[in-house]
Amino acid sequence: MSQPDSAVADAQAGGGAPESLAALAKRHGLRRAIARPTLPAYLRQLWTRRHFILTYATSRNVSKYSESALGQLWQVLTPLLNAAVYWLMFGVILGQSKHIENYPAFLITGVMVFTFTQRTVTGGAKSISSNLSLIRALHFPRASLPLAYAVQELQQLAWSMGVLFLLILLMGMPITWLWLLIPVTLALQLVFNMGVSLLMARVGAFVRDMNQLLPFITRTWLYASGVFYSITERTANLPQVLRWALEFNPAAGYIEFMRDLLIYQRFPERWAWITCVFWAVFALIVGFWYFWRAEERYGRG
Amino acid sequence: MAELTKESSHVAQEESPAPKPSKKPAPKPSEPPAPKPAQELGTPTVIVDNLHIVYKVYGAASDSQKGNAANALMRIVRRQGRPQMKEVHAVKGVSFVARHGEAIGIVGRNGSGKSTLLRAIAGLLPPHKGAVYTDGQPSLLGVNAALMKELTGERNIVLGCYAMGMSPDELREKYDEIVDFSGIGEFVQFPMSTYSSGMGARLRFAISSAKTHDVLLIDEALATGDREFKKRSQKRIKQMRESAGTVFLVAHNLDVIEDTCSRVIWLHKGKIKMDGDPTEVLAAYNKA
Repeated sequence: MSQPDSAVADAQAGGGAPESLAALAKRHGLRRAIARPTLPAYLRQLWTRRHFILTYATSRNVSKYSESALGQLWQVLTPLLNAAVYWLMFGVILGQSKHIENYPAFLITGVMVFTFTQRTVTGGAKSISSNLSLIRALHFPRASLPLAYAVQELQQLAWSMGVLFLLILLMGMPITWLWLLIPVTLALQLVFNMGVSLLMARVGAFVRDMNQLLPFITRTWLYASGVFYSITERTANLPQVLRWALEFNPAAGYIEFMRDLLIYQRFPERWAWITCVFWAVFALIVGFWYFWRAEERYGRG
Repeated sequence: MAELTKESSHVAQEESPAPKPSKKPAPKPSEPPAPKPAQELGTPTVIVDNLHIVYKVYGAASDSQKGNAANALMRIVRRQGRPQMKEVHAVKGVSFVARHGEAIGIVGRNGSGKSTLLRAIAGLLPPHKGAVYTDGQPSLLGVNAALMKELTGERNIVLGCYAMGMSPDELREKYDEIVDFSGIGEFVQFPMSTYSSGMGARLRFAISSAKTHDVLLIDEALATGDREFKKRSQKRIKQMRESAGTVFLVAHNLDVIEDTCSRVIWLHKGKIKMDGDPTEVLAAYNKA
């Protein structure tokens, strides 16, 4: 075995005294291949990927309906049909609409706000596991993917909101200055969604059964969030603690906030503000930290 | 067919004399006293230090444990954990130092641990023992390193470049170059799912080589390209070496390795059997 190469000699020397290769690495400033960037460095990397996040979100939205005949029209049709189905079930057949005035607007607001979060959670849980080849081929901060899924759902929501505004105008409700707060609540919800998406991305990446389990979790959440009924009315007889828990539910918080602005035309109470802001900040910090802790492990296996 | 391969090897021979003098002098001065002049070769970019990789393979089940729901339930009830976990010791104590400006070919039979080694260098597999030290983040270009199949080639270029951290200005600068290099022409407007495997490979290589990588790991990704693309990708790899990057290349086509690499590592059953000058190692490998 001829070994003209110096590196082999290096390697052999390393075999004799194991610390010498490590020392060589240290001398030249090489780092272990498996190392997580520090949090500030990670945030900086993520900031340079902002174009990637936006482009990825738009591309996915465009490609989503590219196979169907109606194409991008489904962006509007999907939320409309969703609302129609729920209205038929809960408004007409179960007769919920007798208790609540403006039931169509009440219902569609709830469905749209909840769907925004629900779809981000579902998408976020798949964001790592369904992009493994991308993760393995290119180096980028992995948090870009769950964040992109959250942005994608925001773009989808824009269409739904258009439908909702139209409906509200058709029903003769006025446009008030409260509408200026809509971007605020959407921004808060987006931040919350990003946090949950990051959290679920890590869970979904390592717990393979999560994707099977998630539909049941989100459906339970849907029924607990007062999308079809008014929580305050329905829970009047329940113990205070349970009511408190139901109303502190983040999805219920964002739904109620939006209904206040669009339907009841009243400035949201302090309680609603606290719920919405708390969940946004809490989810983002916890989700981001939790996701970042496993950064070097995504794409392995 | 025979004619074609002959022609390509002829071209390869024509090409090889030119770079050879440039790469020969590099290893030569280091020949007599082994450890010391190592520094003269460019600084190290990848150091693999007594690396062991052990895989865990699940689901290597016997007939009685075939995967149906009832058996899965029984397993959970009996608290057996996952079925038949097997350990595969894929890389057994590999050590080497790769330096700036080197292109290292890795040869070996199927299952000798080549791809596993590359994935460990890329940081995708945790070492069981030993360590991998790298300068910067290595990029792994595999044969199925798909970007987004349902999107057009154009979108994939944009996404790939942004993912590598380019700004919109840099992207505008590089875009035409990437399309030209990939040679896919008007197909750039079509979804990548309609591409042939060769076209996909060309586009992927074009995208990931648009940025200068410190360490680029290529795992059979050039195998499906046509002859013209092979020549172009070899040229690109040479450019990368000249700009002081390090390229690792796994290929079963030994011509490619002989033409592009300045050093060859022969892996056999997870160990380095030989490491050194391409002609020598490949001659020994062909004999084995």
